[in-house]
Amino acid sequence: MGNLIRFLSKNSFVFLFLFLLFVSFVLLVQNNNYQSSKVFNSSNFLIGNLYSTVNNVNDYFNLKEVNAELAEQNAKLQSLQIGSFSKLYGSVINVNDTMYAQKYVYTSAKAINNSTNKRENYITINKGSANGIKAGMGVISAKGVIGTVKNVSKNFCSVMSVLHEKNAVSAKIEKSGYIGSLVWELGNYRIAQLKDIPNHVNLSKGDTVVTSGYSSVFPEGEMLGVVREFDLPEGNNFYNIQIELSVDYKKLSHVFIVKSLMKKEQEKLEELNDI
Amino acid sequence: MIFNVLKYASIFILLTLFQGLILNNVEFGGYIVPFLYVIFILALPFETPSWLVLLIGFVLGVSIDSFGSTLGMHTSATVVMAFCRAYLLRMIAPRGGYEFNSKPNVQFMGLAWYLLYTFILVFIHHLFLFYVESFKLTQFFYTFGRALASTVFTVVLILVVQLFNYKSTTKS
Repeated sequence: MGNLIRFLSKNSFVFLFLFLLFVSFVLLVQNNNYQSSKVFNSSNFLIGNLYSTVNNVNDYFNLKEVNAELAEQNAKLQSLQIGSFSKLYGSVINVNDTMYAQKYVYTSAKAINNSTNKRENYITINKGSANGIKAGMGVISAKGVIGTVKNVSKNFCSVMSVLHEKNAVSAKIEKSGYIGSLVWELGNYRIAQLKDIPNHVNLSKGDTVVTSGYSSVFPEGEMLGVVREFDLPEGNNFYNIQIELSVDYKKLSHVFIVKSLMKKEQEKLEELNDI
Repeated sequence: MIFNVLKYASIFILLTLFQGLILNNVEFGGYIVPFLYVIFILALPFETPSWLVLLIGFVLGVSIDSFGSTLGMHTSATVVMAFCRAYLLRMIAPRGGYEFNSKPNVQFMGLAWYLLYTFILVFIHHLFLFYVESFKLTQFFYTFGRALASTVFTVVLILVVQLFNYKSTTKS
C-alpha cells in the first residue's frame, strides 16, 4: 500500500494529466454527436472494413476460375441461341423441338499466344483435338471474327488469324447485303480491305460489315468491322474499301471456337457440282 | 501574490472573451483559425507548479469550449499542451536553470528561445485540436496542413502581443 501511494505521488503529474485528458474526452464524446457516433461505431467500422478487405483479396484469387466459368457459360448460351439453329421445316408444321436443328456449337477457349506484326499471323488457343477441335473451324470472340483453325494438336490449336495474307473471309455489307471478301494486307493491324464490291453499290462511311455465313465456317452476322474509307479507281468495276476491324488483335483473351454441324453436308453437296 | 492571481485572472477572462467573441469568428476560407488563448498557458511564470498548469489548462479549455459548444475539444488539446509544457521547459532550459522571477517571454528569454518554445507548444495544441475535431485519419494531410497554417498564424498573433508588452514594459 505504501509503495502504491509512493508510486502515485511520484507520478501524480502524469496521472493528473491522464485524468484530465480522460475527463475531457468523456466531455467530448458525451456532448458532441459527431465524435460519439464515431467512437461507438469505430469497432464495427474496423471489423467491418477488415472483413470486406479480406473478401476483396479473396475475390481476386478466384477471378481466374470465375472468368473461365463465365466464358464456359457464354459458350453454352451461344450454342442455344436461335442463330445457332437452322430451320428444318417450313413454318406451317410446328412440331416441338424439331422445328430447329442445331447448326453451330461453341467451345470457349483462351488465346495463349498471338502475333499481329507478321505477314502471316497465327493465334494459339488452349483447346485441341482432345476437345473436339478440327482444322477448318471458325474462331470468334465477343467482339467479332478472329480466324480459322489451321493446325490442331492434342491440347492446342493454331488459328490462322484474319491478319493473314492468305486468309479471306466471306463478308457482307449489312445494309445492302452485298457479298465481298475481306482480306488483310500487311501493315496496320486494325485495317483490312474488302474486295469484290461492285461499283453500283451505295456505300457510306461507318457501314457495318459482317460475315455472310456462306462458307458455313462462321455463323451469319458475326461482326467484322466498319467501313473506314472507300474509293473507286477510274475504269475499275470494284471499290477499294478500307475496313476498320472490330477486334483488337493485340488484346485477345477469351474466344469461342465455332463448330458447324452442317458444314460437311454442305461441302459434300457442293462437291457434287464440280463433278 | 494576491495581486498576481488577480492579474492573471483578469487576463484569463479577457483572453477567453477575446477568443470566444472575436477570434472564433476569424476564418480564412475555413482553413486557418487562430487560437490566441493558448498564450495564457505560455505566459504562466516558470515557478507555477505543473499540476496547476494542467488544471488551469483544463479550466481554460472548458471556458473556450463553452463558447463554441465544442465541449472537450479545446479542453483536451489545452491539457495536452499544458502537459507538454512541463517537459519542454525542462528540455530547453538554459544552462543555469531559469532565473528567479523571470517569465517565459521575449524580454527575459530572447527571441530565439521564445520562438522555439511557442512554436512547439502551439503546434502540439493545434495538431491535437484539429485531429480531435476531424476525428479521422482519412484527411490526414489536409488536417495537418490546417494545423500547420493555423499554428503559424497563431504564433504571429502571439508575437504581436509580445511586441505590445515589450514596449509598455520598457517605457515604464
